Amino acid sequence: MLALFYIFIAVAIGVSFWQITRIMNFRGVIATDEDNTKQGKNSLIFLAFIYGIMIYCLIFMNVIMLPESASIEGEHDDNLFNITFWLIGIVQFAMQFLIFYFTFKYKGSKDRKAKFYADSHKLELIWTVTPAVVLVVLIGYGLWQWNNIMDLSDAKDPVVIEVYSQQFRWDARYAGEDNALGLGNVNYIKGINTMGVDMNDKNSLDDKQVTELYLPKGRKVKFQFRSQDVLHSAYMPHFRAQMNCVPGMVTEFGFTPKYTTEEMRQQSEVIEKTAGINKIRKAKGEDPYEFDYLLLCNKICGASHYSMQMKITVVEPAEYDKWIAEQPTLATVIQ
Amino acid sequence: MSEHHHKETFVTKYIFTQDHKMISKQFLVTGMFMGIIGVFMSMLFRMQIAWPEKSFTIIEAFLGPHQTDGIMNPDIYLALVTIHGTIMVFFVLTAGLSGTFSNLLIPLQIGARDMASGFLNMVSYWLFFLSSVVMVISLFVEAGPASAGWTIYPPLSALPQAIPGSGAGMTLWLVSMAIFIASSLIGSLNYIVTVFNLRTVGMKMTRLPLTIWAFFITAIIGVVSFPVLLSAALLLLFDRSFGTSFYLSDIFISGEVLHYQGGSPVLYEHLFWFLGHPEVYIVLLPALGITSEIISTNSRKPIFGYRAMVMSIMAIAFLSTIVWGHHMFISGMNPFLGSVFTFTTLLIAIPSAVKAFNYITTLWKGNLQLNPAMLFSIGLVSTFVTGGLTGLVLGDSALDIAIHDTYFVVAHFHLVMGVSAIFGMYAGVYHWFPKMYGRMMNKTMGYWHFWLSIICAYGVFWPMHFIGLAGLPRRYYSNTAFPLFDDLADINKVITIFALVGGFAQIIFIANFFISIYRGAKATQNPWKSNTLEWTTPVEHIHGNWPGKLPEVHRWAYDYSKRVDANDDDSDYLHGQDFVLQTTPLLDGEEPS
Ligand code: HEM
Ligand SMILES: [Cu+2]
Ligand SMILES: [Cu+2]
Repeated sequence: MLALFYIFIAVAIGVSFWQITRIMNFRGVIATDEDNTKQGKNSLIFLAFIYGIMIYCLIFMNVIMLPESASIEGEHDDNLFNITFWLIGIVQFAMQFLIFYFTFKYKGSKDRKAKFYADSHKLELIWTVTPAVVLVVLIGYGLWQWNNIMDLSDAKDPVVIEVYSQQFRWDARYAGEDNALGLGNVNYIKGINTMGVDMNDKNSLDDKQVTELYLPKGRKVKFQFRSQDVLHSAYMPHFRAQMNCVPGMVTEFGFTPKYTTEEMRQQSEVIEKTAGINKIRKAKGEDPYEFDYLLLCNKICGASHYSMQMKITVVEPAEYDKWIAEQPTLATVIQ
Repeated sequence: MSEHHHKETFVTKYIFTQDHKMISKQFLVTGMFMGIIGVFMSMLFRMQIAWPEKSFTIIEAFLGPHQTDGIMNPDIYLALVTIHGTIMVFFVLTAGLSGTFSNLLIPLQIGARDMASGFLNMVSYWLFFLSSVVMVISLFVEAGPASAGWTIYPPLSALPQAIPGSGAGMTLWLVSMAIFIASSLIGSLNYIVTVFNLRTVGMKMTRLPLTIWAFFITAIIGVVSFPVLLSAALLLLFDRSFGTSFYLSDIFISGEVLHYQGGSPVLYEHLFWFLGHPEVYIVLLPALGITSEIISTNSRKPIFGYRAMVMSIMAIAFLSTIVWGHHMFISGMNPFLGSVFTFTTLLIAIPSAVKAFNYITTLWKGNLQLNPAMLFSIGLVSTFVTGGLTGLVLGDSALDIAIHDTYFVVAHFHLVMGVSAIFGMYAGVYHWFPKMYGRMMNKTMGYWHFWLSIICAYGVFWPMHFIGLAGLPRRYYSNTAFPLFDDLADINKVITIFALVGGFAQIIFIANFFISIYRGAKATQNPWKSNTLEWTTPVEHIHGNWPGKLPEVHRWAYDYSKRVDANDDDSDYLHGQDFVLQTTPLLDGEEPS
């Protein structure tokens, strides 16, 4: 009913608009020299406007950005990102200038004659080859880095962890003493065996199921991802890491944590961002926030997609060893 | 053909018409109607993001059972996003844009009496209409419309247990899209055949206006890629309704193990993106073609680098079919494939850059007539550059992994394809309105429409890059579950305010459009002093387009401001005026350009 009311209002506005324009002169149709002058000026003003918001965002939104990469592999990502960003930033400023400045400069008038200029092989060669050369550099660096992060074969003594997703929660399983995960399949899901671990696989017995991730600083972590229902995506923005969790298959990703959670909390960027957040939270009367690494779901997976998360804590290796030793093995929990 | 005067009734003239000019208007108006729905939805879900805890009567009014006390439910948020994306990409910017302008301009600009098959053309429109109706009906399904994102990845889209929208809503979505694809294929085949066979005397392929090149290549991309989406959709329908396992395997949901074995969602992703990526060029190329034409006409200059423009359209079309994997870097596919797709993706930057530079060079030293159509074309170049540049970040697999599926992506694709293509569409409407309706649109309202739209487009999508870089995932109903994102709330409010203002600004256009149809100033035959053939037809539409014989073409479409002495910018115009119709024969000793 209310919807009808809104639609009625919209129609009423439309009709009154119509009536107004009936009176209005509806004849101004083709740009005159005056229009050209005015729109040319507008185009300069607009150039100032986009320069304004571009610069404003580049400067003042720095504080909301993610802090420097918390994984060793991610350093090159940040590097490559900075290179790319500077490059496209400069090109963006230059191109927008040309577009709107030309619009102003060459605005039409009766006294002007356009230059007849249909072709220039030299120019076209320049702007085919220049982007090509720049791209070779970007692609080269990018592919090298891609190989770097995706190749897990040479990891020495990695921590092997299975990250397991379902609507709408994350669980994890550490590989235990033997550093090998037991097989898993949805057919084994039963009672407290919520991850569907095959308990007949001897690798499973020493596995450890947890609801929060602890990672040792400086050791390669090798993740294997599974999902029991729909697609999810394990997104760990601080580590520059993301991988889909796909029902029916196991996906992989790995990185080496670089800073412990404590160390990260002491970083100037993080302190600044946290202070900003807490100012807002205080104004709303909410508890203060403390920085933590997070794993978020980043693939649409249903109604509560927006809240699916798991905390990640990076600690010194000694502390990690202590923590992992305290976790019960599946053999003791399930059997 | 123009001779026979069969009696036309209201039904054959306005409804089941086979005249390409009327069909193009039907596409435009249907597309606009769908566009209103799509934009309205984006305004609703932007309100949710900005004020997640606030109750709005407008939400109460429109979302009925899908809201509680004026706050939308999480399911319906996803449904709105899904239908918004689907409508904008397919219904507005594929059918609305290509359907309108390919139909209007292909026969008129190549000098044909109509499309190769008027009947199939009619069928194409009515299938599109039918699919729109089905899509709109799906909005009223009790459990809500499709909600799995416009990409409808299974298993989410296959299992009603996973999300309510995957019940009847999703079935209707699939049915609607299947009909839509049939419409699009019939249309595209018609365009291709028409361009091949019905060019008038002298209209060599190398003399085609860039609009026609763009529509022609777009139709080819459509014919190559849409059938793959159709099969993807059919297989999904089988999985949903007949228990096959193309995409599903090892699923435990609602307390039970489902029977599906051996399928893979990654297969679906490949099939979907094999269309999905070319689709963005299906959306974009016609807009670029329209822009080429309008920038050249209104700069009173030839388009710079005609050949390079044609080549880059072809290069983009070819490359667009081998880059789909850049949407799947983190899907679990083989990393080596990721490398290949990074390589091909970044290659596309080259022809795109060529196009951008050529537009700017066309502006250089022009005599710019800043009509609303021209401003929208310039706006397109601007947003195309802004959005295209961030593609260099996303196309690089090593970087994509950190920002995939964040708002950075949303900002990128809206600028490069959404806003750009919409601007191209507006440019086309302002420019060819006199050809469609025999009247002119009001320019003052056009100017207001343009400046408000572009300001809001940047106001919405520029800051959106940064909340993406802050790690904010897209398709989140609310960001309140993460204190980490609390400091993005204010930016989100600003974005929403721009979105609301920008959305309302479109009313100016709609008003201008409908009022001008009835009350606009009468158009003259060639109001923009353009070279192309459509401006040689009479203002009043007639069946067969030209009375008497078809025009004969003697030159390319871009002889603007051609001089007596090619090297002297101050010399007189060769033909006494700054434009030369394509039908004008070469003068003695005139060099063809
Ligand atoms: C009024 C102007 C528009 C606004 C404010 C707007 C806003 C948005 C936002 C914020 C999202 C992301 C929502 C989310 O991921 O949670 C979105 C999604 C989307 N929009 Fe728009 N949009 C607008 C116009 C367009 C246009 C012109 C297109 C045409 C290409 C378009 C196509 C899409 C698509 C394909 C999606 C993805 C849907 C999905 O995630 O499944 N939008 N829009
Ligand atoms: Cu999710
Ligand atoms: Cu793509």
